[in-house]
Amino acid sequence: MTATRLAVGFIPLLDAAPLVVAQEMGYAAEESLDLDLLRAPSWSSLRDMLVFGRVQAAHMLAPVPVAAALGLGGAGAPLAAVSVLSVNGNVIGTSRALAARLRDQGHAFGFDDAGAAGRALIAAAPQPLRIGVPFPFSMHAELLYYWLSALGLPAPQGVDIRTVPPPLMAEAIAAGEIDAFCVGEPWGSIVVEQGVGELLLPGRAIWSFAPEKVLAARTDWATAEPDLLGRLIRAVWRAGRWLDAPGSRSLAAEILARPEYLDLDAEVLDRGLTGRITIAATGEQRDVPGNLEFHRGAASFPWRSQAAWIAVQLAARTGLDRAAAARTGSGTFRSDLYRAALAATKADLPGASAKLEGALAEETAVASDGGHLFLRPNRFFDRRIFDPDAPL
Amino acid sequence: MTPSHGPTDRGLSVVIVESDRDRAMLIVDSLREAGDFDIHVISEATGLARHIQAHNPDVVLIDIENPSRDTLEELALASGPLDRPVAMFVDRSAEGLTDAAIEAGVSAYVVDGLKPDRLKPILDAAVARFRMFQRMRTELAETKRALEERKVIDRAKGMLMKAKGLTEEEAYALLRKTAMDQGRKVADVAQALVTAAGLLS
Repeated sequence: MTATRLAVGFIPLLDAAPLVVAQEMGYAAEESLDLDLLRAPSWSSLRDMLVFGRVQAAHMLAPVPVAAALGLGGAGAPLAAVSVLSVNGNVIGTSRALAARLRDQGHAFGFDDAGAAGRALIAAAPQPLRIGVPFPFSMHAELLYYWLSALGLPAPQGVDIRTVPPPLMAEAIAAGEIDAFCVGEPWGSIVVEQGVGELLLPGRAIWSFAPEKVLAARTDWATAEPDLLGRLIRAVWRAGRWLDAPGSRSLAAEILARPEYLDLDAEVLDRGLTGRITIAATGEQRDVPGNLEFHRGAASFPWRSQAAWIAVQLAARTGLDRAAAARTGSGTFRSDLYRAALAATKADLPGASAKLEGALAEETAVASDGGHLFLRPNRFFDRRIFDPDAPL
Repeated sequence: MTPSHGPTDRGLSVVIVESDRDRAMLIVDSLREAGDFDIHVISEATGLARHIQAHNPDVVLIDIENPSRDTLEELALASGPLDRPVAMFVDRSAEGLTDAAIEAGVSAYVVDGLKPDRLKPILDAAVARFRMFQRMRTELAETKRALEERKVIDRAKGMLMKAKGLTEEEAYALLRKTAMDQGRKVADVAQALVTAAGLLS
C-alpha cells in the first residue's frame, strides 16, 4: 500500500517536534502517511494555508481555533484542535538593561516563582511595560495577561503587548523596541545566546500545565476525513510518546536542527527540550522539570476545559459574554475525534473530557480506560481554580 | 494616471508593506494603471501596526513570506470607536480572488465591509505583480542550487584529480559513471565524496 501524502504546516519552534518526529522516525509511515512538512513564515500565513487548503493540518497556537470560533481575528473557516501537540515550553525574558535593574533591586532570578518574578518586574519596569509576543492569539499573550493582572498590573490597559515574530524577538530586544518578551523555545535561548537579554521565568511557573500548541485542521476536513485524520492523530501521538521517552530529547534536537526544520545549532535546541536552560550570557543555568511536555499525563489530550479557559480569557479581554464564549470555544478542542482515533490503541484515555483547571497540586491518578493514568501537576501560580461549568 | 475605473475607486487608500524599494515601486506602478488609488508604501518592519493605523487605509497589501505579517493581526483586534476593524480578505466566494492572491503570495487586509468589486482591481493588479515576483524567486533559488551543485562537483573533481592522478575530464567521467551505476545524481555523488573526505581529513 502506498503512503498517502498529507501536507502539514509548521513554524520553526521546538514544539513542532511531534510532527517532525512522526515523519522522521517512521510513525507516519506506520500509518501509511507521508507528511509533506511545510515551514511557514508566520502564524497568520500558516492559518491561511490551512483555511485555503494548502495544508490539511498544522502546528497551531492553542488559542487560534478558539479565537476563530469566537469571531476574533482573520480566520476564514472554523478550525478544530484535534490533539494537543505540546504543553508548556515558553520562556519570559527581559532586555539586559531591565535585567540589570531587576538584579539591582535584589531579584535572585530563581526561575521558579512567578509571584516574586512578576512583582519584581512590575517594580523595575518602565511605564508602560512593552512586551513582545509572537501572536495576538497565543498562550504567550494569555499567560502574560493572566500573570500581570493577578499581580495588580491591569492588563491589557497597563501593559503594551506587541506582536513580534519569534525569529525577530532578539532583534526587537536589541533595538530597544520592547523591554521584555514571552516566546517559545529556542527563540528565548537565542536572545541569551546573542547576549541581548536574559531569561526571567519559564511559562510553566505561571500555569504548570498550559496547552501550548495544537494539531489543527479545518473542521469540515476533520469531520469529512475520519480515516486520514485518525492516522495522523495516531502517528503524532506515537511521536509524542517517543519524545517523552528518556534519551529521545537529544536525538530530537539533532533532527530539529536540520536545515529543512529549524536550521539552528542543536546545542541551543537541546536547552528547551531537556529543560536545562541557560538564563544569561554569563552561563548561569536553571533546571525546569516539565519545561516541554508531549505525552506524559495525557498531555496530548485536547481537554474541553482548556479551550474554555482560553475562551474566557479572550472574552474578558474583548468584551464578549464569558459563559457563551466558554460554550462556543470549548467545542473547538475535539476530544471526540481524538478518542475515536486512539480507541483501538494502547493509549490510556481519561474518562472525562473536561476537568477543573489548576486544581492539581501534585501528580494525581484519575479514572481512565486502562486505569493507569496519572495527570501531571496542574496549578496556576495564584492558586486560582478554573471551573469550565462556572467560568467566572 | 488615468482614472479608468470610475468614481468608485477614487480615494480608496492602499498601503503596501514592502522593504525592497524596487519591488514596491513596481506594485505602485501596476496599481496606478489599475485605478485612482491613494497609495502609501511602508518599508520598515518596526512598529508596522502603528504605522498602518496612522495611515488608516482601506486595504493593506503584504507579502505572505514576510514574517512581520503577524503584527498586522493586531489590527484585527482594534476595537476602539475610532479604530477601523481590519480583517484579512477571506471571502472565499468572491470569484476565487483570495485563492489567487494566496497562490501568488500576497495577502490583503481590508477594512471590514469593503465590497469585493471595489477590491478586485487592486487585487488583480497586485496578484499579477506578485506572480512575477514568485517566478523570479523560484528562478533565483534554482540558479543558486545549480551554482551550489557546480561548486561541489568542482571540488569533488579536484579531489579525484589529486588522489588518483586523473585529468579533469577523467575525474568527471568517473563521477558520472558512479552516479549512473548507483542511480543517483552526479551532484549527490560529488557531495558524498566531499563529505566523506571532510570526515577523513
